[in-house]
Amino acid sequence: MESLKLDVKIGELKLKNPIMPASGAFGFEMESLFDFNQLGAIVPKSITKYPRGGNATPRVCEVTGGMLNSIGIQSKGLPYYLKNILPQYEQYNTPLIASISADSVDEFAEMSEIISKEKCVSGIELNISCPNLEGDGKAFGMDAELSYQLIKKVKAVTNQSIIAKLTPNVTSIQEIALACENGGADGLNVANTMLAMAIDIHTRKPKIGNVLGGISGPAIKPIIVRLIHQVRKVTEIPIIGCGGVMNWEDAIEMILAGANAIQVGTANFINPLSMMEILEGIKRYMTTYQIEDINDLVGKTDIPV
Amino acid sequence: MKVNKLEVLSNVQVSERYWHMKLEASSILEPVKPGQFFNIKCAEADSPFLRRPFSIYRMNKAEKTIEFLYLMKGQGTFKLTDVVAGEKVDMLGPLGEGFTLGKTWDTVLLLARGVGIATLAALAQEAVEKHVKCIAILSARTNNDLLAAEMLQGLGVQVIKVTEEDGTSDVSNVHRLIEQLLIENDIKATFTCGSKRLSKLLQKISKNHGLPGQIALEEHMGCAMGVCYACVCDIKEENGINSVRVCKEGPVFNLEKVVLG
Ligand SMILES: Cc1cc2nc3c(=O)[nH]c(=O)nc-3n(C[C@H](O)[C@H](O)[C@H](O)COP(=O)(O)OP(=O)(O)OC[C@H]3O[C@@H](n4cnc5c(N)ncnc54)[C@H](O)[C@@H]3O)c2cc1C
Ligand SMILES: Cc1cc2nc3c(=O)[nH]c(=O)nc-3n(C[C@H](O)[C@H](O)[C@H](O)COP(=O)(O)O)c2cc1C
Repeated sequence: MESLKLDVKIGELKLKNPIMPASGAFGFEMESLFDFNQLGAIVPKSITKYPRGGNATPRVCEVTGGMLNSIGIQSKGLPYYLKNILPQYEQYNTPLIASISADSVDEFAEMSEIISKEKCVSGIELNISCPNLEGDGKAFGMDAELSYQLIKKVKAVTNQSIIAKLTPNVTSIQEIALACENGGADGLNVANTMLAMAIDIHTRKPKIGNVLGGISGPAIKPIIVRLIHQVRKVTEIPIIGCGGVMNWEDAIEMILAGANAIQVGTANFINPLSMMEILEGIKRYMTTYQIEDINDLVGKTDIPV
Repeated sequence: MKVNKLEVLSNVQVSERYWHMKLEASSILEPVKPGQFFNIKCAEADSPFLRRPFSIYRMNKAEKTIEFLYLMKGQGTFKLTDVVAGEKVDMLGPLGEGFTLGKTWDTVLLLARGVGIATLAALAQEAVEKHVKCIAILSARTNNDLLAAEMLQGLGVQVIKVTEEDGTSDVSNVHRLIEQLLIENDIKATFTCGSKRLSKLLQKISKNHGLPGQIALEEHMGCAMGVCYACVCDIKEENGINSVRVCKEGPVFNLEKVVLG
């Protein structure tokens, strides 16, 4: 097929294709590996207002089918980000989605307002899955009312398209998804890592310095597919599927479950060219099944009634 | 840095616990420096999941090959021993910042322990090529673990072996050894890799003698490309202590500046 339509929309944000990196698992350092102009979007690591040192090492460990991480959002702070990180990406014609982590609702709003003014920013992803200092360390995204307030406040100070990155560590993701939609979110990222733990049986010590970490990689993919399916049932707004996508088959599966776009994280560590290969695979799949527009696949799982 | 699929020329066991792998490397056009490393996919299958970092052990510019010396440790390195000549191995690199040899350094001291020997061997090779006199103290559990060190002697490196087996590897003995070497030789710089205890010792001695030093650090890595901030260490700088990436700003650091905890 000559004219495959791969472009997708998240709010006002237009992406030339649905493939983008997951925050924290991508950076300018990968620039020699492939052409960032080929990506649907660029998503740098989450930024915090103030510099943060991050957690104790080891910060990662391997588990069957994936890895645990507890980086602790090591960050050089917002001024450094505006001056040094964002400008690196100005040379690309790919829209940039800035990921924000904050300690309070007001700080999310304040940072969103500042970042919105940056010329090269086309959208904002709110990492509401990070621990909330106001709420006893629980993630904002574990509380529907708080999530609603947070999104609403951010939407009031910016015209940028806002994506809420949900945590999978909740009883009902549907409730949180709806709260975010009601707050004005333009899209939902499903999802961040799942809280996990691994112990070295020989030393009897936790395998990562922070004891608990988030699991990512193929081990969590079926759970993410389920979460996308559940969120798609209650909302029409765009979903970005994220978690365990290693290849194009995984990406298609998430689109069929209801995702409009896909983020690739851990796979970049195993095969740094995976996003390019996923994109090619999606095109081949569309050609094979004569699908002209990728948007026609979204949520097209044939569920027996 | 790029994804290289290199053909294995040989992969053989060189001692009880150590293996040696040689690969065809004509596709690597970037210069590869001692102390730099590659992040290697140890098996084609999905397990082990992550890549494993290995510093280059030897480069042969004329025949365009690179070599690695690795310890059989866990799942990844066990899988790597299954690779046979003719197969291709996926290696991301070269990565990180390597060692630097100062122009006026005509005699250098290397202090290596365990797999750190592999890392410092590449430096010894470069030093010898540059006609720098190289003295190496190699520490290991057993003499068998030091079999691989014979290559260094072959290069013309003055090798001193210390082991648990011989009861010579304790810090106080190594301390005495180094002080003796400093008296007998006009050592201009020190290099170390592989042991925190020995690194602390060398940090102290180098400071006392006003010698510049470099250290190659190891830390558990995620991406090894500098994007994930998994492998960090603390570095003392003018503005205080900074957390930097071992894979990107390192793995080689100024010995004086690293906080060895
Ligand atoms: C920059 C650098 C250069 C290195 N160069 C060499 C070398 O030349 N030769 C050599 O034999 N070894 C080297 N190592 C150590 C080597 O990476 C580990 O021995 C190897 O990762 C162990 O993998 P495994 O699956 O066999 O062991 P396991 O213990 O089962 O590994 C489990 C996990 O821990 C990680 N891990 C375990 N030990 C280390 C370690 N020391 N450093 C970093 N990650 C570790 C592994 O990568 C893996 O993710 C180097 C490490 C670094 C960081
Ligand atoms: C090392 C590492 C660092 C991460 N840092 C962030 C971060 O800063 N902000 C964020 O929103 N998510 C972060 N994540 C989560 C990823 O963006 C992604 O949601 C998760 O890893 C699941 O996707 P994957 O299985 O494709 O990796 C991080 C993940 C990893 C592995």
